Amino acid sequence: MEVFWYIAIAIVLAVFFILDGYDFGTGIIHLFFAKKEKDKEVIAKSAGLFWDSNEVWLVAAGGMLFMAFPTFYASVFSGFYLPLIIVLWLIIFRAIGLEFRGQFKYQMWKDIWDKSFGVSSLLLALFFGIALGNIVRGVNLGGVKNGVSVYEGHYFFLPLWDSSFSPLSDTPGIIDWFTLIIGLISVVTLAIHGANWVILKTNASINKKLKGVIFKLNIALAVLTVFSLFVWQIVNPNSLDNFMRKPYLIVFPLIYFTGLIGLFFIKKFKKESQGFVFSTLLILGGITSSLASLFPVILPSINSVNPHLTIYNTAAENYGLSVALNWAIIGFILLIVYFIVQKRLMGGKVDKMDYGH
Amino acid sequence: MEDMLFYDRLQFAFTITFHYIFPQLTMGLSLLIVFLKWKYLRNNIEKYNNAAKFLMKIFAINFTMGVVTGIPMEFQFGTNWAKFSELTGGIIGQTLAMEGMFSFFLESSFLALFIFGEKLMGQKLHFLTGFLVFLGSWASGWFILATNAWMQHPVGYEILDNGKYVLQNFSALFSNPWLLPAFLHNQLASVVTSSFVVASIGAFYVLRNKQTEYGKLFLKTGVIFGLISSVLVAFPTGDWNAKNVAKYQPASFAAMEGIFETEEAGAEIVLVGQPNMVEKKLDNKIAVPNILSFLTYQEWDKQIAGMDQFKEEELPSNIPALYYSYHIMVGLGTIFIGVMALALFFLWRKKLYTLKPLLWTIMFLVPFPYIANLTGWYTAELGRQPYLVYGLLKTSDGISPTVSSGNTLFTLLGFVALYMLLGLLFLVLVGKTINQGPKPQTH
Repeated sequence: MEVFWYIAIAIVLAVFFILDGYDFGTGIIHLFFAKKEKDKEVIAKSAGLFWDSNEVWLVAAGGMLFMAFPTFYASVFSGFYLPLIIVLWLIIFRAIGLEFRGQFKYQMWKDIWDKSFGVSSLLLALFFGIALGNIVRGVNLGGVKNGVSVYEGHYFFLPLWDSSFSPLSDTPGIIDWFTLIIGLISVVTLAIHGANWVILKTNASINKKLKGVIFKLNIALAVLTVFSLFVWQIVNPNSLDNFMRKPYLIVFPLIYFTGLIGLFFIKKFKKESQGFVFSTLLILGGITSSLASLFPVILPSINSVNPHLTIYNTAAENYGLSVALNWAIIGFILLIVYFIVQKRLMGGKVDKMDYGH
Repeated sequence: MEDMLFYDRLQFAFTITFHYIFPQLTMGLSLLIVFLKWKYLRNNIEKYNNAAKFLMKIFAINFTMGVVTGIPMEFQFGTNWAKFSELTGGIIGQTLAMEGMFSFFLESSFLALFIFGEKLMGQKLHFLTGFLVFLGSWASGWFILATNAWMQHPVGYEILDNGKYVLQNFSALFSNPWLLPAFLHNQLASVVTSSFVVASIGAFYVLRNKQTEYGKLFLKTGVIFGLISSVLVAFPTGDWNAKNVAKYQPASFAAMEGIFETEEAGAEIVLVGQPNMVEKKLDNKIAVPNILSFLTYQEWDKQIAGMDQFKEEELPSNIPALYYSYHIMVGLGTIFIGVMALALFFLWRKKLYTLKPLLWTIMFLVPFPYIANLTGWYTAELGRQPYLVYGLLKTSDGISPTVSSGNTLFTLLGFVALYMLLGLLFLVLVGKTINQGPKPQTH
């Protein structure tokens, strides 16, 4: 039962990062590459029409996590207190940037909200990557000092950074050089994904240029990926154990590398949707490989006093999980139906769609 | 620890107060939109369709604000109330996850379709999307109140040795005797808010002498829905809720009504008075004898327990705040019934549209349903104190053990600043939309 919920939540989270991921990416593209007002407007529109229906996947993932793994939810959310609240503020800034830019015609008004949308998208992409970095690195669970747990059991509190800035310190902060690398990978990946989305959904004049941008970003991503695989081993030496034991799990890294290699051919793609498919594989493969390397752990403990948080020691009781299974199946069917209906009706280029009145 | 509890409670109270401004309008407004769209399907007069689409614009702005201020609510369970989340997540996680999965998805998917899809779908399907938005927003209220009802009156649970609450009976969550009256009361109150907003926009148009055709339509719709809903909020749903509080939370009931001492031969109903916590009595009291006993139990001389019957630690932690919240809610509710009844009378006599003082009153009353709704919410929440889960889990035992008060204060200040900005932008946008009006200006 725990495994089912783990997979269900992983799917919902992956869908969230694939869908809202392109929103973040369009924000990064918007910030760095959109110069003409016409491009700015149409790029903002390609995210603005969809962000709220994408964000519901985050709410759903949060709710499911709360229900199925309450201990994990409680310790992680209070442990990453500051960055999570900052993420909330960024989500708000991004949303209002998108919703408000078109409301008045003044240039200054638009500039403010464009920056709000772009910068908060960039920082969100960075923070989500850093969060993933923290989860694969592990934290000082229980806040152990001198071999004694300072807080009961699994609670912890991470500062934003530690003076040594090293993931190998006894009390690493949320940002260290390792998590920063993962954060950068996330930014580059989502920028690529966002650029693909812009190409897919708009007739913006920079679309041609964006294919070149994707190619360059993809080179950067390949370098970062290889480098991160190397440091990943230093930070968490057990990260390959699962793949050794169950070789079929290698399918997940393969998905990632398919995406990575596919995107090198972006300029040759005849169909605009192909680039988007490959960057989707990139995100899907990246998340699932990280989770597969940890399974069944969901938050490793870096001290020897407290055990890792796993799906088994943080889950709710069986009755609750199995009752929820019944309604979740109905829920999932409905989600798929809404999703298909919505994508069918909102398909095609966004340039002509009415937005911002 | 004291600081921490205070800041945590303040932060939750602040963020939920700001958040609740938006869903209370969208829930009620979706009903009015469905009604107008239905009228259009019936009689094919373009006016009703334009009116529905115009209100949907206001709905959409509110919905966006509701989403961005709602996500922090879900996060805060984990960030600020970690212990509470860990202990009860297996139970209230059910209703919260269902809210995300069933209602929030429904609402947001079909809202986009309603706004962008009219030409693609044809009128009947367009009505259906509007109806599904309504269904989604009301289902949202249902799941959130199911969560709250469990905290007010826990059912279907078992407590393990490690203090965790385990779900034993899923259907009990939804057959909780607290849930249905609270839900109906809350939804009708949201209809009151939206009726006042719609009537107020109508009064504005009529007084400004612009968009008068729509002004009259909004006034008429707002007044009719407003009177029906304000009456239903008071009776039977308000009465039903009060009886529930008397039955399940008698200490809160005594504090709400301001009964310090038990009267053997029936309790009086307090209309006005200020709780004096030092001398344990009401100052400047105006009260009508025996009415409270009758309202609660239908017996004039039935005894109702006063606060003297309970131990200090069983009583709500802030009695004056609870007492005032409750009395402000009831007082405002009474005023709403009066104003709307008067307006309906003049509407029937065909004098409403020219009766300026009444139109001004309707226009400026618009903040008060919001206040009534919020004080109603405070009444429920303050009444539950000092518990998070009534009678079982103290609020002070639910906060995050590792987060220090300085962090909570910092994030509280951040939320205050950010929400002030949001509030300002919200007013500017709604103002602009109302100023433009339903009739599209020719470019």
